[in-house]
Amino acid sequence: MNILITGLITGSMLALLAISFSLIFGVARIVNIAHTAFYMVAAYCIFSLTGKFGLNPVAGMMIAVVVVTVFGLLAYKFLIDPIREHEAAVLIATIALAMIFQEAVMLIYTGDYRTVSALIEGYFIVMGVKVFYQQMLTFGVVLAVLGILWVLLMKTKLGLAIRSTAEDREVANLMGMNDSRLAMITMGISVALAGFTGAVLAPLTVLSPYMWMEPLIIMMAVVVLGGLGSIKGSFVAAYILGFTEALVVFMIPKGAFLKGSVALTIMILVLLLRPEGLFGISFEEER
Amino acid sequence: MVAAGLYLRRFYTIVRGEVLVLPSRIIVALFFIILLGLPLISQNPYLIRVVILTSIFAILAASWDLLSGFTGQMNFGHALFFGVGAYTSALLNIHLQIPPWGSVPLGALAAVLTGLIVGIPCLRLKHTYLALTTMAFPIILMGIVFALPDFTGGELGISGLKRISNSLVGNYYIYVVTMLVLCTVMWKITDSHTGIIFHAIREDELAVKASGINTTRYKLMAFCLSGFFAGIAGGLYAHYMRIAGPSTLEVSMSFTVVIWAVFGGIATIYGPIAAVFILFPFLEFVRFWPEYRMMIFAVVVLLILLYMPEGLIPWVRDKIEKQCPRCKIRNVATRNTCRICTAVLD
Repeated sequence: MNILITGLITGSMLALLAISFSLIFGVARIVNIAHTAFYMVAAYCIFSLTGKFGLNPVAGMMIAVVVVTVFGLLAYKFLIDPIREHEAAVLIATIALAMIFQEAVMLIYTGDYRTVSALIEGYFIVMGVKVFYQQMLTFGVVLAVLGILWVLLMKTKLGLAIRSTAEDREVANLMGMNDSRLAMITMGISVALAGFTGAVLAPLTVLSPYMWMEPLIIMMAVVVLGGLGSIKGSFVAAYILGFTEALVVFMIPKGAFLKGSVALTIMILVLLLRPEGLFGISFEEER
Repeated sequence: MVAAGLYLRRFYTIVRGEVLVLPSRIIVALFFIILLGLPLISQNPYLIRVVILTSIFAILAASWDLLSGFTGQMNFGHALFFGVGAYTSALLNIHLQIPPWGSVPLGALAAVLTGLIVGIPCLRLKHTYLALTTMAFPIILMGIVFALPDFTGGELGISGLKRISNSLVGNYYIYVVTMLVLCTVMWKITDSHTGIIFHAIREDELAVKASGINTTRYKLMAFCLSGFFAGIAGGLYAHYMRIAGPSTLEVSMSFTVVIWAVFGGIATIYGPIAAVFILFPFLEFVRFWPEYRMMIFAVVVLLILLYMPEGLIPWVRDKIEKQCPRCKIRNVATRNTCRICTAVLD
């Protein structure tokens, strides 16, 4: 039961992060290392909004998501967009960005571990295991957001534009889609989702300036495992890796050290059998 | 005496004709002279320590460039080779009492083996898949290190290694000369036939395959060569710090290597080396501001990339030198005609 709950929570968090990460990768070919740094910034935003200014947690969450989105758009406009042709430079720019966020958080909040109070207190007991209402709430909200995202991508004009640009940028451009504006919008959506993940997850985890590193690795493993650019793949892979982590932590002694290793080993094994990931389509080689 | 005089004169002619004509060559010559002559001027232990560490990381950054810059196989887990080199030489030194001159090359061999083990599966992957997969390997190894604390020392690492040399200046010369030799070797490799094939693989792998070249073999070779040099850097680092800890395997280590190399300019070898010699002492220099240190580092990297996305060193080189349009030989930017074929430079 413990495994089930932890797996579900970790899986949903990874699903949100991985899908938003592969969105911006698909549309603009940006490997955004700073993605989970935005998630961290959102969590800290909530911490100071609810803790210091005594705001209502729901309002705090809203503001945090907006703040993070603005940060993301500014970073995209002034730091990433000017050097977009140089892939290596974009990569380093996002790494540097993540480091800047980490250091800024370190300066403002120091390196101490922080916690955020839950939206709903209390728990109920199922088969001898405590299930916190907060956990159920997080899970439900994540599923709802995933649903909204699916509708956005599959049923609206914007979603169509995003999907077609991800598939073939040049042709999409020829069909009259504004490539750079679309990249900007996608960056906004992607960062907002990262911020949202941070917001709903903040009450369940411990905040520290280094909290972006670990989810980053696993998130990338999820993206690769599911197939780059495949939303269904990211979704399935996120739950696979989420449950694996939970299993390893609860079943093997000293499992906490090994959870990353096991998840990544699974990823490598799958890649050996299917180099394009579980649901990825192998693209024609770009020349 | 006459023979010696003749040689001296020939040496002088070569220096004047080949080195002094290009600012970049003068800078490289000055770099060698300053590094080798530094202990004669100052024996400040702190300065010597910074230069030694810079040398070690210069080897590491150049070896990343050899693999990722030249063949375009983006490796995000370069700390793997560094860590394997460091841990292997530490384990050999502590448990089998092998002296440093034996344990460092053996550590490098272990890193070559790791290069093979990582390279064979990874060569099926391309671009971003490869980058993200290679990132996983050092983390897997780190998990194993933490899970076996009796053997690897867990979080504390393996400490109490022997120094390579006990005298300050002796140590300095061993590290600096090793760095200069290894970097020259790497530069020579990239300048050779193999290096040209590496370049070609990055630019257009399909065309290289069509020319009848076994690209898989060359990519694997790049993995092994890069692993070898990074392994040596790891072993040297372990023996200098006298400890091999999990910090050598961290994600931030892999990232820092990539930052150095891209900052200096990829596919140049000298770019990453110069970048390490600029950024690492710079990081030490801002140490009196400990809380802003990494922040300043990141901001500087970001700003420089914004204006020079090709990297710092190629940008500088383009400013001080220009290429002859006819014979492709480089000239000082102040010249109006090419120094070899007298064609007009634009």
